[in-house]
Amino acid sequence: MSESTATSALRKTALNAVHRAAKSKMVDFGGWDMPVDCCGLIAEHMAVRTGVGVFDVSHMGDIQFRGPGSLAAVQKLCMNDASKLQVGQAQYSAMLYPNGTFVDDVVVHKLSDNDYLIVINAGTREKDVAWVRGVIGGMPGVHMNDYSDFYTQIAIQGPKAAETLQKLTSTDLSTIKNYWFTWGQVCGLHNVMIARTGYTGEDGFEIYIPSDETTSARVWAEVLEAGKEFGILACGLGARNTLRLEAGMALYGHEISDTINVFEAGLGRYAKLDYESKGDFVGRDALVKIQADGGPKRKLVGLEMVERGIGRDGYPVFSLDGKRVGEITSGSPSPFLKKNIAMAYVPVEFSAVDTEVAVEIRGQMVKARVVPLPFYKRAKK
Amino acid sequence: MAYPANYRYTKEHEWIAADGSAGSVGITDYAQDSLGDIVFVDLPKVGDAVEAGKTFGSVESVKAVSDLFAPVSGTVTAVNDALKDKPELINTDANTTWLIKVSLTDASQTNGLLTAADYEKFIAEETGH
Repeated sequence: MSESTATSALRKTALNAVHRAAKSKMVDFGGWDMPVDCCGLIAEHMAVRTGVGVFDVSHMGDIQFRGPGSLAAVQKLCMNDASKLQVGQAQYSAMLYPNGTFVDDVVVHKLSDNDYLIVINAGTREKDVAWVRGVIGGMPGVHMNDYSDFYTQIAIQGPKAAETLQKLTSTDLSTIKNYWFTWGQVCGLHNVMIARTGYTGEDGFEIYIPSDETTSARVWAEVLEAGKEFGILACGLGARNTLRLEAGMALYGHEISDTINVFEAGLGRYAKLDYESKGDFVGRDALVKIQADGGPKRKLVGLEMVERGIGRDGYPVFSLDGKRVGEITSGSPSPFLKKNIAMAYVPVEFSAVDTEVAVEIRGQMVKARVVPLPFYKRAKK
Repeated sequence: MAYPANYRYTKEHEWIAADGSAGSVGITDYAQDSLGDIVFVDLPKVGDAVEAGKTFGSVESVKAVSDLFAPVSGTVTAVNDALKDKPELINTDANTTWLIKVSLTDASQTNGLLTAADYEKFIAEETGH
């Protein structure tokens, strides 16, 4: 219970002083000194589900590809088909190892015909950048820039996110579709990238502003002020994790990693294996082979605890006759659904909805049931 | 944060309020604050034995689970049943929300525990503040 400790060796976002002044609880997250809990995880989580919340996600990495060869580079690196993107559109994708497991999952943004931005995870940044250099080294007409430290990235999420951000921008946010982005004036800053993306299962926006402390603190304060009438809360990584878990979204090091392949993770629909349209990419051969061999042997499932107890990350999953069959990758009480939920890898024969299993919670077998993913899906407007 | 002067404390962040051989056990203000929103408490039954330094249950917040360590040895004489439905009471007031009451095997055992001043010093060292 020493989570509020932080050492000076940790990396800090431009909003670090703001978080500390607000007395948010700070933790070491992948080498970053980040707020985990700003004013109470449950309150933050509920604010995002029912109103609006704001997150500092500046620790995420941003890699930009420029030049006539940039599309070819993205196509070689990522499993989704970036040639389908229009300027101003974003796409969920992943970079794979040759065996079909994950280097990282990413969001690809098409900035212009010769200009792509991929957003990568914080904890995997150095590894990702090195991987990208290795893969695209020698490819003609592409220049890579690591812009990770150039932006403060702020996520405004929740059913009232659009109304909140609309007060701060002249851009008509209703013209930005889900997983699209544009540039506009925000809080008096020019050329701010405004993306209708997020990691909470709600409607929301991610804005990219210059990473100087004064500007970052000012925009953060203006967002909080704009959302005041909707009960906006500053949110930490704790709420970010419970929100994405309810929404069934993968987290690197949990649902996806270098030991889990795309089909096991249930992300096969994002892997475009049609050579004619997409071409080759790192990991493609392995995925084709896995598919030809009958698909994955284990699958990611949703679990709902039937008996009292909370299944947590790393807890083993057993069949009802006592055989160890899998492991929880993320587990938590769900603040919105008021159930104890988890995601877990189990053999395919245990993956059907309503299959009963047991989770070992500190020596005791506690019954759980396979349920469909995601646990929570927002109502379509 | 408040640490009543008449309580004794463990380095695992439990408190005990003892009067002779009867004691109430809870977790400290620091512990509840570190854990965040508490959603589940697992406690022993009346009549169970607890042993100083050994776990007697667990307390869970949304993000973490934490074992509870007995400050003293003895027998459980009461369990705070209100926590079954309202574990968040611990967040509201950790100092008055007891978890279990214990009949101490040896009333002098509390002498070996931290005083409020010692505990505050320990927290300061642990958190580096």
